[in-house]
Amino acid sequence: MTMMNLQPQNDFSPEDNIIPEGFRSVSCDQETSEEYYLNMGPQHPSTHGVLRLVLKLNGENVLEVVPHLGYVHRGLEKVAENQTYLQNIHLTDRLDYLSSHINNLGYCMAMEQALEIGVPERGEYIRVMLSELQRIQSHLLWWGVSGMDLGAVTTFLYGFKERELITDIFEELCGARLTMNFFRPGGSFADVPDTFIGRVKNVIEVMKPALDEYNRLLSGNIIFLERTRNIGILSRENALSYGCSGAVLRASGVSYDVRKNDCYSIYDRFEFDVPTRTTGDCFDRYSLKMEEMAQSLRILEQAVQSFPEGPHRSKEKAAYKLPKGSYYSQVETARGLLGTYIVAEGGAKPYRVKFRSPSFSNLSILNELSVGHKIADIVTILATLDFVVPDLDR
Amino acid sequence: MKQTVMHPQQNTSPTGVAYIAKAISGFFSLLTGMGVTIAYFLNPKKIVTQQYPENRDSLEMMTRFRGHLSLILDEKGSHRCTACGICEKACPNGTITVLTTKDITGRKILGRYIYRLSQCTLCNLCVESCPYAAIKMGRDFELATYDREQLTFILNPEEVKQS
Amino acid sequence: MNTLPTDSLYPVHNAIGNMVRAFFPESALVINSLLTIISLLLLVALLPVFLIWLERKVAAHFQARLGPMRVGYHGLLQSTADGLKLMFKEILKPEGADTFVFFLAPILPASATFLVMTILPFDHPLQVADPAGGVIYVIGISGLSILGILLAGWASNNKYSLLGAMRSGAQMVSFEISLALIMLVIVMVTGTASLREIVLSQQGTVIDWWIFKLPVLGIIGFLMYMISSTAELNRAPFDISEAESELTGGFATEYSGISFAMFFFAEFVNMFVSAGLAATFFLGGFLAPQFGIAVLDPLLNLIPGFIWFFAKTFFVIFLYMWFRWTFPRLRVDQLMYLEWKMLLPANLLLLMLAGIFMAMGWIL
Repeated sequence: MTMMNLQPQNDFSPEDNIIPEGFRSVSCDQETSEEYYLNMGPQHPSTHGVLRLVLKLNGENVLEVVPHLGYVHRGLEKVAENQTYLQNIHLTDRLDYLSSHINNLGYCMAMEQALEIGVPERGEYIRVMLSELQRIQSHLLWWGVSGMDLGAVTTFLYGFKERELITDIFEELCGARLTMNFFRPGGSFADVPDTFIGRVKNVIEVMKPALDEYNRLLSGNIIFLERTRNIGILSRENALSYGCSGAVLRASGVSYDVRKNDCYSIYDRFEFDVPTRTTGDCFDRYSLKMEEMAQSLRILEQAVQSFPEGPHRSKEKAAYKLPKGSYYSQVETARGLLGTYIVAEGGAKPYRVKFRSPSFSNLSILNELSVGHKIADIVTILATLDFVVPDLDR
Repeated sequence: MKQTVMHPQQNTSPTGVAYIAKAISGFFSLLTGMGVTIAYFLNPKKIVTQQYPENRDSLEMMTRFRGHLSLILDEKGSHRCTACGICEKACPNGTITVLTTKDITGRKILGRYIYRLSQCTLCNLCVESCPYAAIKMGRDFELATYDREQLTFILNPEEVKQS
Repeated sequence: MNTLPTDSLYPVHNAIGNMVRAFFPESALVINSLLTIISLLLLVALLPVFLIWLERKVAAHFQARLGPMRVGYHGLLQSTADGLKLMFKEILKPEGADTFVFFLAPILPASATFLVMTILPFDHPLQVADPAGGVIYVIGISGLSILGILLAGWASNNKYSLLGAMRSGAQMVSFEISLALIMLVIVMVTGTASLREIVLSQQGTVIDWWIFKLPVLGIIGFLMYMISSTAELNRAPFDISEAESELTGGFATEYSGISFAMFFFAEFVNMFVSAGLAATFFLGGFLAPQFGIAVLDPLLNLIPGFIWFFAKTFFVIFLYMWFRWTFPRLRVDQLMYLEWKMLLPANLLLLMLAGIFMAMGWIL
């Protein structure tokens, strides 16, 4: 039997298990084989939402993983074709709900590019600061949840403790904690409240000892190190060829961050490093994200010091009609590169909107990383790949 | 066909002095972690959670909180809505229906302002688009009901009753 | 220093038993047996209720929360309410499950804990039975709970349950060995396998408890006992058999209602038993701590022995909870590595060193 035979074996009676769709290798036909299929999800504690993985296992060892997507597919790209440009901003909240400010920013930048709208100084500062707060917020949630996936439930609560300070800022700013819908072409719909800078300073102050505490609790823990080191090693070549981005790419030794390499907004004015790692295993992805939080705090510190006065938004338009053409913008979300591609025909609604979501590309390497590991390692790998299921399905 | 199972995690385990050193350093790393958690245990001031339904009286939402939509009323109970329908157009989900009627002089005025909370994503676009600043997002957040029908509101019930 | 009498080994005499014997000399055996069964049943029924509440409270405070606060004072009746809810829930049996084994499985761990409770020395005269081979009895009986888990996983007709049961089986069988070896160290140094005698061998000051009496080795032995008993209890960081983030519910995935409650209750009583054994072996059991201070020691002696026993046991239980709410979970192969390549050699070394210490008389 060759590996090319993709047909399900026909000598099974219908009652027998047949190979679930999507598997590349045929199942072993030996009598003594102990292979079996395990359905992980769509309702499973560690697939974070409704991702479904079908595992081919031999005992505890993983032979193949096939992700099945589409359980929260809402057709956002199609919905976007039937709504005005301004209305579409609130759809981007619902891509990666942990990076909604950054998603908003990506979409608004594509519109600004089309309409040639500038953003005032204060507006740019608000954008950068909120993006970085959002990144820290998302990473904190990820830290807590990945700790919980590995069995340390306490991290979940500790991560949320600090995250709450940041969501409070968002709530005071725009009235929502998750789906912000805050940025508009040319700035944002409202100016920041007076307490904003004070609150950001408080976050910076609280986060520094908190990060240290997180490292003492989890990062140095021998069990955690044993669970993550040399697990799910992603080579540089694979990371590039699968189109990974964000921490997953940088942990494999590729220094690419949209903020640094294809600078947008006013990121070029701030001093920050793009941390990289070399091995590309789960621990590298973990420690890289921890360092990213420190770098985001660095940006925030600089922004707080030079936060300017002035208008927060350039002049508003009554209706936004993009001229005919296609527009692309990309931002670095907490998970990686989010590309927004708009094809306009000149009307009030876009002809086509395409989102290039980081979670989708990052998840596509799952099989490469998991083969040969144990079931428990799949959970570790899923945790450090850090995807958001609505961002996968859109 | 025999499938080979790889074991990438079977890295060589340390031997000799390295083995003992790892065991000891590992043990101390565990103690460090336990130190973090016991600090929280012994210090009840670090508790961050709130007892929600009990603290209802003192619970105050932020001023910009985006709850359900409502008309801004002045002291006399009258609103500023001119039934222009801009909010209806601005809404991405068809949440708002503005039904107009005519007053004695034949001027177009607001008949019913129908708001369907069940469809609303609380995106704030209607409030932003309103040229007369006649509507606002409320600060209530306990909006769950047992029946979907109860989520359709008429925002100007007084006027509807009068007519 | 007053030494406690060691003559009356079995049947154990205590005040209530003697009173019954005095009033009803004919039927004393039946009444006393009934009394012990009822009191043990009450203890087995009430302990998990309290321990679950304690676990939730301790977990909450480790996590900067308050935990249950609604039912009763600081949620004291929360686990009673949960238990009632579980009792009234429908018992579901998955299609294709082996009915007899499926319903037999939860009973085994519960009965195993009940059986071990009978020989715990709560106080000097307060013990149901004190067989000469108490330690061997403990090791033998605790195998029953593994059997229950294995059967539960097999009968559930669910791959997650089966995986959990197989993990649990492998884990418990291996950690049983180190647990037995550590108990063997204590049996060797005391020269008896009766639990009460082991406690009585620790009379004197705090220094005479086995954790300190064997210089250095005692503390190492206690730590190793804590590690292997945590694994034996299937508690985090060794809870791979129910690893909620990997196997959803492990062996208990398909259980609901009272059959789930049986597993849950057994788990908590097991924790108490395990902690009680730790207190018996290393912390002087029901003996009051004596510091050699003339003013303090008689005062401490006034407190009855069973209170000391419970205090020491709950201290060990707190340690278990502290572990659980701090550490991430080990992987199944790492668990085996820990047992066979680290704990077992260390145990054998400990046994050998303890023998040398005994022979050389290096005991405090």
